[in-house]
Amino acid sequence: MITTETLGARGVAVRAGLHRGWLETKYSLTDVGDIFWMLIFPVSFTVTLLFMRGSTVPGTDLALGAMVLPSLIGMSIAFGGLAGPAMQIATDREDGTLLRAKATPDGMLGYLIGKIWFFGLTTLASLVLLAIPAVTVISDLRIDGRTALLLPVIFVVGMIATVPIGSALGSIFKSSAQSMLIMLASMLLIAISGIFYPITAMPTWLQWVGQVFPFYWLGLGTRSAMMPAGAEAAEIGDSWRTAEMFAVLGVWAVVGLVLAPIVLRRMARRQTGSAIAAAREKIMTRGY
Amino acid sequence: MSDRESATEPTGLALDVRDLRVRYGSNEVLKGVTFSALRGEVVALLGPNGAGKTTTIEVLEGFRMPASGDVSVLGSDPARGDERWRARVGVVLQSWRDHSRWRVRDLLDYHARFYAPYATAEVPRPWDVDELLGVVGLTAHAEQRVMRLSGGQRRRVDVAIGIVGRPELVFLDEPTAGFDPHARREFHELVHRLSDFENTTVLLTTHDLAEAEKLADRILVLDRGAIIADGSPDQLALDLATKAEVRWTVGGERHVHAVEERDPTEFVRRLLATDPDVTELEVKRASLEDTYLALVQRVESGQAEEPEKLEALS
Repeated sequence: MITTETLGARGVAVRAGLHRGWLETKYSLTDVGDIFWMLIFPVSFTVTLLFMRGSTVPGTDLALGAMVLPSLIGMSIAFGGLAGPAMQIATDREDGTLLRAKATPDGMLGYLIGKIWFFGLTTLASLVLLAIPAVTVISDLRIDGRTALLLPVIFVVGMIATVPIGSALGSIFKSSAQSMLIMLASMLLIAISGIFYPITAMPTWLQWVGQVFPFYWLGLGTRSAMMPAGAEAAEIGDSWRTAEMFAVLGVWAVVGLVLAPIVLRRMARRQTGSAIAAAREKIMTRGY
Repeated sequence: MSDRESATEPTGLALDVRDLRVRYGSNEVLKGVTFSALRGEVVALLGPNGAGKTTTIEVLEGFRMPASGDVSVLGSDPARGDERWRARVGVVLQSWRDHSRWRVRDLLDYHARFYAPYATAEVPRPWDVDELLGVVGLTAHAEQRVMRLSGGQRRRVDVAIGIVGRPELVFLDEPTAGFDPHARREFHELVHRLSDFENTTVLLTTHDLAEAEKLADRILVLDRGAIIADGSPDQLALDLATKAEVRWTVGGERHVHAVEERDPTEFVRRLLATDPDVTELEVKRASLEDTYLALVQRVESGQAEEPEKLEALS
């Protein structure tokens, strides 16, 4: 039964969740380990730029580095939304964070809102950091009204397409150590998603694999928002395929939004103090 | 409608458990547990490790589904407890490394926020965070990160989070595990305060008899999934004591007799009636500690007998 009282309580939980996301972001920005992760993309981009000096996108006189920047932005969105929540949820389940949320009225709602807000904010922070090395190639890019409109939309759609599915994946893994597999899988998918190397230069079957996952489409979307006219010649079908991009990301969003609550609820039901004690025991003896 | 009113049991029972059974696969961990607790009562679930204490408390918290039995916690079935019910129940969890980089005050304040919509005229919710920090003795550590706290301090954070919503009922699973004597004593004072001033019902588990005696109005002894004794610490000593030792002196000679019946009075009466020279009479009943240890031992040796019986049958 939904009454005004429960609606009021939900509203309070959503606000508490936003507060949680903000606090966690603040804590994250003072944590050396987290800052290290946030710096990975900007630093790897800088290194990539150094290696790509003088190279151009095949068939154009565009600097290859200029193509990598938008792709990296897309990848940061996908990575922050997919691998981040997957690993975090596995950890939070093991250390009792989720059980605490369960023991609090509307605590699960607050927790989820907090996570989405947290990953949104930290992903945004790493994108801002990415802008620092980006100034060196900015002259090769087209930053205009279309960018200002498309980039935020892609950011939000990308978050909706990845955070739920990432959370669902995180709840499937039995332990936080297993969730590291997500990291590896993400790396593999990034390699074939046309971010560091044009996807058209890969074997056709690999192109198809790459096009199943959101990494490719987010990279394509951000390229379409920032690359100068004519750059679509380097893409599959000589087109930005904007409609297809939103369609594929939309499918991922729907799958995630349907799947995540089911999987999360199932996982949360299994959470008990003794399950956490068992996990603690295991980690204490094993050391990881 | 006030939720407080509708929830108040006419019987004054905060907890009512009847024939609770829990199974893990084919292993029955709770074999028909029955007990109840009055509002404001402090009840200790005492038993050796593996007795089923944690399983019992997890069912009552609504975190585990029982195989069968009737469970009522503040008038609701915990398996179907809604968020309003959840707001009236406090669960003190054992922290490990969760929220380790949060500052103590932030963490408590975050959890407190969820309870404000559930305040009633009688129960202002939540606790004032600074006041509660004072109550659990963490004022000086309010700005510290959870990971920098000692085990005892961290445990007090757990307690504070568990009671920040001013619950009517609090569950504490092995609350003082890993405490030094000083922290233990402070914690005991906190539990007394909860039951005396806040009229909070407390159910705690422990394997430490001394702690159960110090804290509880009533002790339930659980062993291998069944409650084998239920009563006040004094009652328990009476109920469980099987032996009392009677010592006396006649003509400079010391006598000792172990009375097998529960009540040694009859033996003493006969002794005094038959022998007028008895002096230095002394009746010593086994302490609750002796009784508990004997009981644990008895159950353990009973466990060893079962396979032998099986062998004899086959």
